[in-house]
Amino acid sequence: MTDHASTKTITSAPEFRLLIIAVFVFGLMSVLSPDRFLSAQNLTSMAFQFPEFAILALAMTITMLTGGIDLSVVGVANLSAVVAAIILTQFADPAMPASQSVIWLSFAIAAALCIGALAGLVNGCLVAFFGLPPILATLGSGLVFTGFAIAMTGGSAVMGFPDTVAVIGNAQVLGIPVPLILFALLAIVLHLILTRTAFGLRVTMFGANPLAALYAAIDINRMLIKVYVIAGLFSSVAGLIIMSRANSAKADYGSSYLLLAVLIAVLGGVNPYGGYGRVIGVVLAVLSMQFLSSGLNMLQVSNFARELIWGALLILVMVINTHAVTALRGSFAKTPK
Amino acid sequence: MSSDHDTAFIDLRAITKRYAGVTALDSVDFTVQPGEAVCLAGENGSGKSTLIKIISGVEPATEGTVRIAGKERPYLNPRISAAAGVMVIFQDFSLFPNLSVAENIAFATQLSTHERFFKSRATREIARKALDRIGVEIDLDARVETLPVAQKQLVAICRALASQAQLIIMDEPTTALTEKEVRRLQGIIRMLKDEGVAVIFVSHKLAEVLEVSEKVVVLRNGKKVAEGPATDFDTQSLTYHMTGRDVPEVPPSEVMAGAETLMHVESLTKEGSFADISFDLKTGEVLGITGLLGSGRTSVAKALFGLVAPDAGSITVEGKPVPTGDPQAASMARIGYVPEDRLTEGLFLSQSILRNVAIGRLDAHTSGGFLNMAGLVDEASDWLKRLKVKAPDVEAPVQSLSGGNQQRVALARWLSRAPRVLVLNGPSVGVDVGSKADIHDIIRDLASQGIGIIVISDDLPELLATCHRILVMRDGRIIDELDGRSVTEDDLAHRLAS
Amino acid sequence: MTGWLPKDFWTRNETLVAGVIALFCIIATLSDPRFFTITTVSDLLRASIVIGILAVGAMLVLVSGGIDVSFTAIAVFAMYSSTVLFLAIWPDAPWPLIFAVSVAFGAFLGAFNGFFIAFLGLPTLIVTLGTLSIFRGFLLTFIGSQRISDLPPDMRDFSRGVLARGTTEAGNFYSIPWAALALVFVIVLTWFILKKTMLGRSIYAIGGSVESARRIGINVKWTQFFVYVYVGALAGLAGIIHGSVGRMADPFSLVGLELSVIAAVVLGGARLIGGYGTLTGTLLGVALIVIVQNSLIVVGIPTTWQSVTIGILILLGTGVPAYRAKRAAARAG
Repeated sequence: MTDHASTKTITSAPEFRLLIIAVFVFGLMSVLSPDRFLSAQNLTSMAFQFPEFAILALAMTITMLTGGIDLSVVGVANLSAVVAAIILTQFADPAMPASQSVIWLSFAIAAALCIGALAGLVNGCLVAFFGLPPILATLGSGLVFTGFAIAMTGGSAVMGFPDTVAVIGNAQVLGIPVPLILFALLAIVLHLILTRTAFGLRVTMFGANPLAALYAAIDINRMLIKVYVIAGLFSSVAGLIIMSRANSAKADYGSSYLLLAVLIAVLGGVNPYGGYGRVIGVVLAVLSMQFLSSGLNMLQVSNFARELIWGALLILVMVINTHAVTALRGSFAKTPK
Repeated sequence: MSSDHDTAFIDLRAITKRYAGVTALDSVDFTVQPGEAVCLAGENGSGKSTLIKIISGVEPATEGTVRIAGKERPYLNPRISAAAGVMVIFQDFSLFPNLSVAENIAFATQLSTHERFFKSRATREIARKALDRIGVEIDLDARVETLPVAQKQLVAICRALASQAQLIIMDEPTTALTEKEVRRLQGIIRMLKDEGVAVIFVSHKLAEVLEVSEKVVVLRNGKKVAEGPATDFDTQSLTYHMTGRDVPEVPPSEVMAGAETLMHVESLTKEGSFADISFDLKTGEVLGITGLLGSGRTSVAKALFGLVAPDAGSITVEGKPVPTGDPQAASMARIGYVPEDRLTEGLFLSQSILRNVAIGRLDAHTSGGFLNMAGLVDEASDWLKRLKVKAPDVEAPVQSLSGGNQQRVALARWLSRAPRVLVLNGPSVGVDVGSKADIHDIIRDLASQGIGIIVISDDLPELLATCHRILVMRDGRIIDELDGRSVTEDDLAHRLAS
Repeated sequence: MTGWLPKDFWTRNETLVAGVIALFCIIATLSDPRFFTITTVSDLLRASIVIGILAVGAMLVLVSGGIDVSFTAIAVFAMYSSTVLFLAIWPDAPWPLIFAVSVAFGAFLGAFNGFFIAFLGLPTLIVTLGTLSIFRGFLLTFIGSQRISDLPPDMRDFSRGVLARGTTEAGNFYSIPWAALALVFVIVLTWFILKKTMLGRSIYAIGGSVESARRIGINVKWTQFFVYVYVGALAGLAGIIHGSVGRMADPFSLVGLELSVIAAVVLGGARLIGGYGTLTGTLLGVALIVIVQNSLIVVGIPTTWQSVTIGILILLGTGVPAYRAKRAAARAG
């Protein structure tokens, strides 16, 4: 909560290990493939690739902090994107002048964000008021959201946008890719929310001990709803980026992102049982993953091997982290009661 | 003495147990004869749980010898110990809520005989026999989760019996029982003793088990400080031995004359829990609410803070009605609640001391949407200082504190909100005796500052040391109202139990 | 805290699912009299075999207090690698041998999960999420990523074997394949383990309370290990049946089904907290999911709404009991 952490606590934090992993992977890839991995082109293309699933990982993070999970993030992303895409194709057309299509674009973005918030509200209500376990609530609602997207599109891709749509996913501002800017903004916002607001503290504390939160007179239902609404909003931003980059929207885009988002959050040190997690950890985890996967790409390793390596990395990090936990527990057990 | 050792079922000699430099047990001798009931008394941290762990094979002793049934056991684990007939009934009973009564009773037996197949008829037979042995009737097919606490305990006892228990160790056996159930338990224990089964009671409340016990052993700071026939002890002498000192408690000073009514509770009723609860609380008054477990005292406490929604009745604080069944509303009306179970309900153990205190004051320190961290730290540190919390660093997790300091952190959270009414449910449960006296001081001090305090407790000396008035509950109703400054402990105990 | 739950609370969840199925069948029959025929039943049964076997495994994991999302990857891995193996060394091997090898592969991969979960104590969701990626990644990278339609001949023979076949008077063809026997075998075996062996009772006990299980001397680690190995073996069986019946070894199939299978099990009354779950409920859950996936159109709901329907069923099937439990807890105070 305050920043006067000593050097010792910094080096023993799981985030420090992640920093080392990220730097190590970056260094390794730079050595193995110096001319290609470090090329401006590769660095830029990495910066375009990861924000969409990184943002989903942020959405996952805030729900995991409460001890929950959001399995509907990809469903929400696609539903938002489909709604935006339908607006863009129904009311705007590629021939439209930019000044006019921008209006429709903003309208589509607003609609997508509303869908995200609404979906989050549904999830939040299911968890808070109906007492569903988050894993089941969002599993079910995720199917419903995806289902709506299928029903609206008949399962096919929606395409034919005005060029302005490309701004979200493919443009650069001062040489920085827009998706990266969006991700950085959302990461900073989430970090501030979690560490500098009353709501953020309550989220973490609820995750640490839900019962104590009840006894501390925290308005748990309101807090949970907010958490899932934020997750929904983040998901819809990710959906818009995916839509812009693919220049189309479809109900089953990014289906591998769900597990990836969970994986990144856990890799980033977020405790899946709630109560601990830092945005910086998630960011470092995302970077490690992206360096690794780009680097492997350079080395002509197939996409499938990447999946293999991700999984192995996840389990490895868990083994390291929990062994730390076991050691901690061991030292606890050794104090007499 | 040597003949004692020869016949003893459990014979521990010069047992020492060290954990990372801390001596939990220091050269303790301990014997239990077949058919003997022994009270093992001691405060938290006295080493009694360590002793039990050594007997039951959970932890090895650092030094000393363990003999069970005459055989030296240099190496013990829970299985060996259980095979020798040592059965522990933990406070939570360690039952399987999702399985039937019959299976719960027979499971351990079937494991010990290395059965591979599950035979429903044999299971029921084992269970039936065990139940018959103590003469109780429980539906064999009922799921354990549907049983009341007392029956769960009986199931746990039957499970121990079914496994040929020679010694049953019961951890705090009476805390969850009503007077009637305690008497039934006493009967069962007498029966077991007649059959040669030994019993160890581990408890810090011993009045109820003293009369069925032969021997009392008191531990303090890892040492055996007293041992003798149960008839030589009474509650007072036990307390003396357990704490090592007579803790002189100042009785509460009088409520200020003309103190006005702070809280008014009118016919609070919840079906199945409590009925027609009415009382007034004056400023600066400490009101005790007591009763056995199941009397409804905890439900009433929760209802006062909105954690239980009553079916009828009203609560007003300083003349303003407080919506019932809503903790936030209660908290807005400046009612504070410190729960009974600090570890699971009261504190966020993995979180910092600072956060644990600050969680109640977040809104007051928010400006422009963001928290004023410095303000929170200052305020929390101030309260920790005022309550004399010994903590090296406000950023340390609360789980690094001792029980007494943890309780003070829980108090600090509410005090920082400047409550008008503070409901303390079991304020000194699991707190060492020194801190207990300190907490009682704090309670008296807070009352003198004009806070109305409701102490929910079944710790009679605590009630007498802090309360101006004591309400006694039974079966969900208030049956007595006593003046805390004139009633004696015996009288109170009698009213509680009658 | 636990005394409030009526004895038949969760059996009612099964009744609920059975009720929904019955209702669906009535509406379907009313709107299309041809629905309720042996043809439909045999079609649905065929569609249930693979999901059913997987669901029985998933149920076992839930009962033990864990969750497994890797079983589809195990199924595909076992199916594809045993096919590749036999095509390379002994294409004419009899199908029981190929099946046995697939089951063994599955058990071996399950042992990985079991090792991390039982012996290293890692959270089940995270481990199986990780192994899902590992198994799939390994399969596609090192074993192959091409569809194989040229299966060992004996596998194709297996898929031709039928228990019963015929043509109804209305001229509709129906058949019940041998694979149905595998489902029956799995159900009977699992029933036996769960109800008639101490091992099975230990799985329920661990799901009910791990700490209590440890205290009375249940070997928690080995029991958990067994669960994941058994589930792996079932997945291996389901995978090879899927390959044989579909007459194609597709390394991209099955993965993605895991959440639907878990949904079926949960609909059938198994609880995520462990200790609760029955074969009857699981099979009813599977039946409901399969019916929705295959016959939605009969009651007039377009197939594009299939996903929404399943989602809503999951929310209702788990939401109603959860809400009831929440209310009951509030009442009990």
